[in-house]
This record gives sequence, structure tokens and C-alpha cells, in this order.
Amino acid sequence: MADQNKSKAYWKENIRYLSILLIIWFLVSYGAGIIFKDALNDIKVGGFKLGFWFAQQGSMYVFVILIFVYVRLMNKLDKKYGYDE
Amino acid sequence: MTNSIMLVESLGVQNWTYILVGVTFAVYIGIAIWSRASSTKEFYVAGGGVSPLANGMATAADWMSAASFISMAGIISFAGYDGAVYLMGWTGGYVLLALLLAPYLRKFGKFTVPDFIGDRYYSKTARLVAVFCALLVSFTYVAGQMRGVGIVFSRFLEVDINTGVIIGMLIVLFYAVLGGMKGITYTQVAQYCILIFAFMVPAIFISIQMTGNPIPQLGFGDQLADGSGTYLLDKLDGLSTELGFAEYTEGSKSLIDVFAITLALMVGTAGLPHVIVRFFTVKRVKDARKSAGIALLLIVVLYTTAPAVAVFARTNMIETVSNKPYASVPEWFKKWETTELITFTDKNNDGIIQYVADTSKNELVVDRDIMVLANPEIANLPNWVVALVAAGGLAAALSTAAGLLLVISASVSHDLIKKILKPSISEKGELVAARLSAVGAVCIAGYFGINPPGFVAAVVALAFGLAAASFFPAIILGIFYKRMNKEGAIAGMVVGITAMLLYMIKYKLGWLDETLPDKSEWWFGISPEGFGTIAMILNFVVSIVIMKLTPEPPKDVQDIVENIRIPSGAGGATH
Repeated sequence: MADQNKSKAYWKENIRYLSILLIIWFLVSYGAGIIFKDALNDIKVGGFKLGFWFAQQGSMYVFVILIFVYVRLMNKLDKKYGYDE
Repeated sequence: MTNSIMLVESLGVQNWTYILVGVTFAVYIGIAIWSRASSTKEFYVAGGGVSPLANGMATAADWMSAASFISMAGIISFAGYDGAVYLMGWTGGYVLLALLLAPYLRKFGKFTVPDFIGDRYYSKTARLVAVFCALLVSFTYVAGQMRGVGIVFSRFLEVDINTGVIIGMLIVLFYAVLGGMKGITYTQVAQYCILIFAFMVPAIFISIQMTGNPIPQLGFGDQLADGSGTYLLDKLDGLSTELGFAEYTEGSKSLIDVFAITLALMVGTAGLPHVIVRFFTVKRVKDARKSAGIALLLIVVLYTTAPAVAVFARTNMIETVSNKPYASVPEWFKKWETTELITFTDKNNDGIIQYVADTSKNELVVDRDIMVLANPEIANLPNWVVALVAAGGLAAALSTAAGLLLVISASVSHDLIKKILKPSISEKGELVAARLSAVGAVCIAGYFGINPPGFVAAVVALAFGLAAASFFPAIILGIFYKRMNKEGAIAGMVVGITAMLLYMIKYKLGWLDETLPDKSEWWFGISPEGFGTIAMILNFVVSIVIMKLTPEPPKDVQDIVENIRIPSGAGGATH
């Protein structure tokens, strides 16, 4: 039974991480790159309009960072619950 | 020293291509011989001990097809902002893959996607539906790759497109059949190195030429190198509107369509069987997570360069040909004219090229697919760079074709023969069956490469919609919803893929009507490319409704679902 509680707690924390990371994933791509593109385009960084930049560059950098953050978080979580190998 | 420089320069594009393509092919074949598979486990999942870095590189090469390498930058250079659907769509799916699928599928420890569907939904019907979907997605996709190989060969080696396809078939046949997943994995590692080098070298050269910035990702947002202080993107926006096109950084697709296509491509990426199967080849669950990250990092190197290449190529092209006398066009223009990928019709007979948005006045038609291949020539780069791009394009097309062929052969030999038709087959017999089905798959792919049915090009982009509509919901629900049962999953997959196929047939291929229906008839204003999103939602809804009306899955299946959520004790992939 202790085992089951442990795995339930692990799964719950996992789902919390997933939700936060996927919200960021949604905000940078569908948010900044598509829905709010026009508003962001009024801001210019160098030659880039910001909405255009998010759609064609920025979101992809964030995607890579998200996965590596996830890898780190999960490795820590595995250790915390003794599922590490 | 001067002699060798002269020698290097005097070797034409043709000879350079023979040399570079010859050397790279020798490498692939050498690797195939070194890593040939001797068991079904080596054939299907490369023995299961691939390091995360090698797996990341192989996944990147597997994933980046002729479409990514040859076509994508060209498509973006004509689509401007709208190109974001491909950039975000094809990379964003990796976040879903890494967070929602890869670790759990690795823990599940099977060979193929139909294997997961068949076991999780404890049903031969579910397995059969999944085999059908995997074959449909893979064949539509692979036919396009073989065609890509043929085009690159015919342009650069000046052979017939068909001869090109056959050369490509023989090479893939050799290392896919001999090496299976093991051979493919290590060949793909080499192919990644070649294709990324081939993509970056011209991009860096051109970025320096145009903006003085050696990093293309920054260069295309930089000021022009001519010292005018004008930003490159502002200049391109200006040129575009002057010729009557939409502003480059604004695009012209509707918001809802951009949204739907991006989502369909993301979810489709996460559901593509040849990508998913790569995560079965690493040792531990944590390696599966990490290799998804490495794969995306390596993919993003190319994907963030592509929009820069698109801007450089578009600006260069407009400046070189727009309003210039036809008599003075550069040599590359004539070369591509002979392939009919560039056509010029002097409508007003003034001998000058009018390139404008208005189709009744426009005199120049440029095929999008040539932008990457012609780019080094447009920018006057040395011959070896031009040849390098050819070798890179071939690496991209061949690696993806090989990955897809493996999915096809595993679906047939493992899921169809071993799991459904003849469970008593020996390991040796299954290996023979796997090799034979790989041979069969190459022949069918080659046939479609040589005799492309008109719809292949149209359907390749839709392979993602098909994957989104069929696999993604079944896998996600299988992992995250213990109560999900076979009735729900089967109904969902069938409804999803049928809806996608019908929409494709009606609105993309136009088979149901006399003429292709107009955009205004699209449901919710969503194009066939974006319809995967709707079909996927439909799949989710049907799955859940049917599930509520039917009995719970058996206890042991629910226990399996509990078990795959825990990363430890993955063990090897098994039958």
C-alpha cells in the first residue's frame, strides 16, 4: 500500500510539472506567435517585429529549453521517490 | 598551393557532386555492413542500447526529410509569416512527444506503435486498425521521399528522374534490409552530420554576404551589409508590397487556419510512428526523455536557420530577376529553366521579367522546391558548396525513407504476421519476414517514386493530419486515462481517420466533385492541412463517449497503465 501511495504522489507531481510546462508551451507558440502576434508586432527588437520573431524563431528556442527543464525536473523527481536507476 | 586552388575551382559542380555523393554513400554502406542486424531485437529496435546522443542525432535525421531540407525554406520564402505553421508545428510536437509520450512508451517496452495500441487495448482489432493507420501514414510519406531523391539526382547528376529513384532504392534497400534499425540508426547519425553541415555552410556564407553577420538566425533581423542602415526584413517587406504581395512579416492566412495547421502538425509529429519508434531504442526511461531533448535541439539548428535562408533567398531572387532584361539573367536561371522548375513567359513582349502578385501580369513562375537547391548558385557560392547541398538533400531524403520503410516492415512482420496471422513463427522466420517486407516496401515506394500518382505531393503534408487523427488520442488516453477501453479507442481511431480521409478527398484531391471546392466551403474556414486538428478532437470525443457506455478495461490492463507511469525497471523491449 505504501508503494501505491508513493506512486500516486509521484504521478501527481509529474502531472503538475506537465501542466505548467505545457501552459508555457501554449503561451509562446499559440499565444505570442499567433493570437497576440499583431499586438506584439508593434514592438521591434533590432529588425525583428516581436510577434513575427516568436512565430519564426523565439518559440522554437523556448521549446528546446522546456524539454531540458523537464528532463532536469523529472530526474530530480525520480531521485526523490527512489525511482532513479 | 595555387595549383591546388585552381584544381578545386576547375572541378565543376558535376564532378564535385559525384565526389561528395560518392563519398557519403560509401560511408552509409560501410556503416550498414559494420552494424548488420542478427536478431529481431536488433532489427526492430537496434538492440535497445543506443546512447541518448546517437539516438537524438538519428531521430533528427529520421525526422528531417527531403521536405525539411529541400522544400521548407522555399515554402517559407513564398509564405512569409505563414511559414510559422511549419516551423512551430514541426518543432512544437517534440514538446508533446517528450512530455506526454516518449517516457511512457519506452517504459511500456514494445517494438512498434501498433504493438502498444494492440496490448494497451487488449484487442486484435485495435492492433489491426493501428497497422492500417501506420501503413497509410508511412506509405504516403515515403513515396514523397523517393520522388525527392529522384529530383535531386536528376538535377545534379544529370540522370533521368527514374534512374535517380532506382539508385536511391538500391542504397536504401541495402542498408535497411541488411542492418534493420541498427543499421539505420548509425547511418542516420552520419546523415545528420552531413545534412546539417550542408544546410549551414551556404546559410552562413549568404548571411555574411547580405548582412555581415555570420549567424543566420541573427543575420536576417540585422541591417544590410551595404551600410544603408536599412533592416533586411524592412527591405523585404517593402519589396513584397511594391510587387503586390502581402507584407512578408504579416502573411495572408486566417488566424484560425494558422492555429489549426500548427496544432495538426504538432500533434501529427507526436503521432508519427517512425519517430515514436526511435524512443524504443534507448536503454532507460530517463534516456528517452533526454534523447527527445537532444533530437529537438539538433532539429532546431536547421529549423531556426530555414526562416533566415527563406528571407535571404527571397530578397536575392527578387533583386536578381525582378524588372531585369531576360537576356541578362544569370546562368543558374537558365539551368533551372531546363528542368522547367522556373518558367518565364514574356506576356507583354518587352524582354523584361515582370514578377508581380497579379497572376494576369506575372511573367515568372518559380517552383518553391528549388529555393534551397538554387540558393548557393544565386549567391554565387563556390561549386563544392553547391554539390554539398545535393549530398545533404540526399542524406535527408534517404534517412527518412529508411526510417519509414522500417516502420512498414515491422508493422507487417511483427504486428501482422507474428501477432495476428502466425504467432508460432520462429525468431529466425520473423527476421526473414521482416527483411522480405522491407524489400517489398522499397519496391512499392520506388514504384510510387517513378509513377507518382498526382496526389502524392498533396498528401505528404496530410500524413501528419492522418497521424494526428488516428494515433495521438489513442496513445494519450492510453497513458493518462486508466479507464480508457478498447471500444472507445477503436471507435475513436476509426472515426478520426475516416473523417480526415473524407475531408482530404473532398477538399484537397477533389474526387467527390467536378472541380476542387473553393476555400469558402471549408468547414470553419480550416484548410485540409489543418483539418487533422478537427479530426483529432472528433477522435477524443468519440473515444470518451463510447468508453462511458462500455465496460471498464480488465484489471491487469489497468495495472499495466499504473506501471508505465513509474520510470524504474524498464528492462529491454520484448515481444
